[in-house]
Amino acid sequence: MSFNARSAWSIYRRELWRFLRTAFQSVLAPVLTTSLYILVFGSAIGNRMPDVGSVDYGAFIIPGLLMLTLLGETTSNSSFGIYMPRFTGTIYELLSAPVGVAETLAGFVGAAATKSLILAAIILLTARIFVPYDIAHPVFAFVFILLVAASFSLFGFILGIWADSFEKLGIIPMLILTPLTFLGGTFYSIADLPAPWNTVALANPIVYLVSGLRWTFYGSADVSIWVSLALTLAFLVACTAIIAYIFRTGWRLRN
Amino acid sequence: MPEPILELAGLTKVFPGGFKALDNVDLTINRGEIFALLGPNGAGKTTLIGAVCGLVRPTSGTIRAFGQDTKSDWRQARARIGLVPQELSTDMFEPVLHAVEYSRGLFGLAPDPARIEEILRSLSLWDKRNNRIMELSGGMKRRVLIAKAMAHEPDLLFLDEPTAGVDVELRKDMWHQIDAMRARGVTVILTTHYIEEAEEMADRVGIIRGGKILMVDQKDAMMARLGRTEAHVMLAQPLDTLPPAIAAFPVELKEGGRSLCYRGGDGTGKGREEVAELTKALIASGIDYVGIDVRESSLEDIFVSLLGDEEEQAA
Repeated sequence: MSFNARSAWSIYRRELWRFLRTAFQSVLAPVLTTSLYILVFGSAIGNRMPDVGSVDYGAFIIPGLLMLTLLGETTSNSSFGIYMPRFTGTIYELLSAPVGVAETLAGFVGAAATKSLILAAIILLTARIFVPYDIAHPVFAFVFILLVAASFSLFGFILGIWADSFEKLGIIPMLILTPLTFLGGTFYSIADLPAPWNTVALANPIVYLVSGLRWTFYGSADVSIWVSLALTLAFLVACTAIIAYIFRTGWRLRN
Repeated sequence: MPEPILELAGLTKVFPGGFKALDNVDLTINRGEIFALLGPNGAGKTTLIGAVCGLVRPTSGTIRAFGQDTKSDWRQARARIGLVPQELSTDMFEPVLHAVEYSRGLFGLAPDPARIEEILRSLSLWDKRNNRIMELSGGMKRRVLIAKAMAHEPDLLFLDEPTAGVDVELRKDMWHQIDAMRARGVTVILTTHYIEEAEEMADRVGIIRGGKILMVDQKDAMMARLGRTEAHVMLAQPLDTLPPAIAAFPVELKEGGRSLCYRGGDGTGKGREEVAELTKALIASGIDYVGIDVRESSLEDIFVSLLGDEEEQAA
């Protein structure tokens, strides 16, 4: 299978340019929202909350809030990246170019993942202004954030191809991802939930993402980091396979 | 000897729901020519372009571009094909230069500022290179689409209704652009329902309707074969019957005998010669006339007549 690096780079660069063009919406708005969460729940209310395990409550919620922003923004960025060309008709250029699934994903998903990493870095730096925290396993944290950003970029890409209206584009991030993240242990430890909810909560896939990221920060989590990593990788592979199928069949792309 | 650059064989496209947009289309396009695909709305022109460019998945049939199958060797084929779509589809917030550079890169070519400048200058867009596309006029936007399609230096360029909705001046300007592309060695396939456009530009003409190619021929040969001369002779005095010398011509009396209508010729000029003979015969027969109106049938007349015949056969 050949890979045209110039094509992939062109898509990547253009998507990043689009990101910078809409910096207020893409960067400032999510950073501001997350900072407010950290300020209110972490700094103001957090001072009155008991520690979770050995972690200060204000610091405890940072990985969950980061995940909340990361999932929403990554999915939205990526889905908009492919939906808008479909909506405006400019996708003709991509489809008529000598560009395959590999270049397309490297460009669109790579750019969406890059945006998410930039966003994550800004949020983490901003969080330090309000709440002191340390990252116990920074390399793991980087790899885990990268994996989550890549897999949800792929997921967003699928969403952008599936959606045939702006309403549908917003349904998954707003009505599924956000509630699941809130219920996935962002503000509490699953272990603190009463039975049977502590078991039921494990059916929520976001629990494994929040828990995994929290482990990279504080070395302890509700579920094993290896389970979190394995599930994230499985999600990434599943999304990649679905996109490969979409390109092979032309579903919603080619008439 | 014409060298085929694009060969369609048995190309068929049936959309989900059963609509047959292309019906067993066979078509060969030769290198360096300007081919006009004429047809009414919904005839299958855009579907045909889409099938070649990879936007539409054919139901059956084969497409060979530059001797390569566009299904198995799609990368090589697409790298040499450009498309200017009918709709003004581009990111309106993007600056012109940025958009054109993107198109070149998307097709896998290394940046070439000199070439991009040449393209933009040739389309009178260089001064607007830093303008966002949304700030340009409709005609300029269409030129941007042409620049984007030319950015990867295609050998075969599709122009889907390039002058749809543009004013006469801009249309003529666009024709100059198409001529310039031909001069650069680009093979151009344009779809249009402006017959005048095909008449002005094309070397060969194909007529498509209902997904079927009705006719493909050299434009001049088509005009010669199907063209007609029509002459109206306004008589000084009405006639009841035609003298034998006049009745030998393909004429008939009209308007209660006040005018004589000639229909004949074959588009090669023979008709005009016959009209001259007719006027001599009228004078020789002592029939006076006060005016003559002569016109050659246009490609549009041929087009309308062909589609009319097709409708009659279908009925």
